[in-house]
Amino acid sequence: MSSNYRRRHLVERIMFGATGLATGFTVGILIFLLGFLVYQGGSSLSLDFFTHLPTPVGEAGGGMANALVGSAKLLFVAALVGIPVGFLGGVYLAEFGQGTLAFSIRYAADVLNGVPSIVIGVTVYGLVVVPLGHFSTLAGGLALGLIMIPVTLRTTEEFLRLVPTSLREGSLALGAPRWVTIVRVVIPAGLRGVTAGVLLSLARVAGETAPLLFTAFGNRFWSEGWLQPTASLPVMIFTYAVSPYDDWHRQAWAAALVLLVLVLGSNVLARLILNRGQGLRRAS
Amino acid sequence: MAAPAVQLDSAVKMAVRGLTVRYGDTPALHDVTMDVPERRVTALIGPSGCGKSTFLRCFNRMNDTIRGTRITGEVTLDDENIYGPDVDPVELRRRVGMVFQRSNPFPKSIFDNVAFGPRIHGLKDPVALREVVERSLQQAALWDEVEDRLDRSALDLSGGQQQRLCIARALAVEPDVILMDEPASALDPIATAKIEELIQELKETYTIVIVTHNMQQAARVSDFTGYFYLGRLIEFGATDRVFTNPTKQETEDYITGRFG
Repeated sequence: MSSNYRRRHLVERIMFGATGLATGFTVGILIFLLGFLVYQGGSSLSLDFFTHLPTPVGEAGGGMANALVGSAKLLFVAALVGIPVGFLGGVYLAEFGQGTLAFSIRYAADVLNGVPSIVIGVTVYGLVVVPLGHFSTLAGGLALGLIMIPVTLRTTEEFLRLVPTSLREGSLALGAPRWVTIVRVVIPAGLRGVTAGVLLSLARVAGETAPLLFTAFGNRFWSEGWLQPTASLPVMIFTYAVSPYDDWHRQAWAAALVLLVLVLGSNVLARLILNRGQGLRRAS
Repeated sequence: MAAPAVQLDSAVKMAVRGLTVRYGDTPALHDVTMDVPERRVTALIGPSGCGKSTFLRCFNRMNDTIRGTRITGEVTLDDENIYGPDVDPVELRRRVGMVFQRSNPFPKSIFDNVAFGPRIHGLKDPVALREVVERSLQQAALWDEVEDRLDRSALDLSGGQQQRLCIARALAVEPDVILMDEPASALDPIATAKIEELIQELKETYTIVIVTHNMQQAARVSDFTGYFYLGRLIEFGATDRVFTNPTKQETEDYITGRFG
């Protein structure tokens, strides 16, 4: 009996240690990443980085203002494409989604979510860039938007499903038609979760590089319009990092740091929105 | 089908004839026939799973929202079959309100909860809305407790207050009939007493059907009682008579606590 106890105790210790180690490792990666980026790119971060165009090789200074604005414009187009389609599809799945059709949509969304982003980029290249004859912000945003759709769709569905059936019944029992119940009770009750989900999907596509390579392409200067190629943070990082110049390497590190902080920031924001929402649910 | 031979002391508000309900292949209610008297409290009692909640949800067609439900037979409201082909369940639910077992206020303000029904039915005038909200909250005996915080979240209220808010919300659309599905089962004795008191006041104006697990509660609040067992209505009659002199052995066994 006592040897059995000792064995159990030992196994418990080992497993506890293993889980702790794995957790520590995961957190460690993020901390290391942040620290390394600050160490490598922190010195290149200055006001100029956010307000100036890139300088020619050999000339010190300069920034990535065009890439920041470019990324913002790309995300704007992506949101215009991804949020309405994903949101409405998610509402459909959560409220009416039963049977084979819903199963197929869900399955298609999950497969689409697994499609490598470079494949989406090639597709948009063939469908938009080639017919138009040039790379553009619109094409890049469209590619990112397509990547957003399955993520937005599934998170919308999941958060609307979390809304208790009793709320739907309460509304129906007051003589509210189905669509009024969805618009005035279900969606408002699930809106925090949906917003957080949308924010997370935006953060995810903000760092996508591959699909932008042959859609938005890149630009050393300000983009001349929605139908012209534009710079973006991820592609800028890629171009600068593979260049042979030390100065550009430092700029790439700085850009990586900015990108990571932005993504981290939206994650924290999403978490805050969600927590407040949960407080509301707990009280019910 | 003939009306059941029960002496009612008021008009028949809703009548059920040969009602059978199935969920898919599972039978839930079998051939139920009974009358619901106007401006009286009718209690439905019976052990868990006996079909009393299913029966209650037939009065406002809430079973329609559950897939695979098949309903045969007839339920009338003021002599009109509510399962008729040209009856809109949405319109029906305006006239037959419902209060659920677990209070389910919307995550909105107290005011917006009560105003929800009138608003979706087209009332926009803020003065009229305020009047409806005040009147409904007063009828539900909640006004004095919340009049200075109508804009606060309904979720900040206590359990008993939330349930009275749900009653106020149901009253705000001015129904004829109010269905209550174990409205006090999640509440403490004091909150329960308040709800029971409220039911006594509401029956002056409304026809009430209440499902309860609590036999003392049925005896206290109701005028008529129906006892359900295994999907059948075993006995229906005046509450005093059913509790003191049941005609069926099953009813007596249940009431005296021999099972259930």
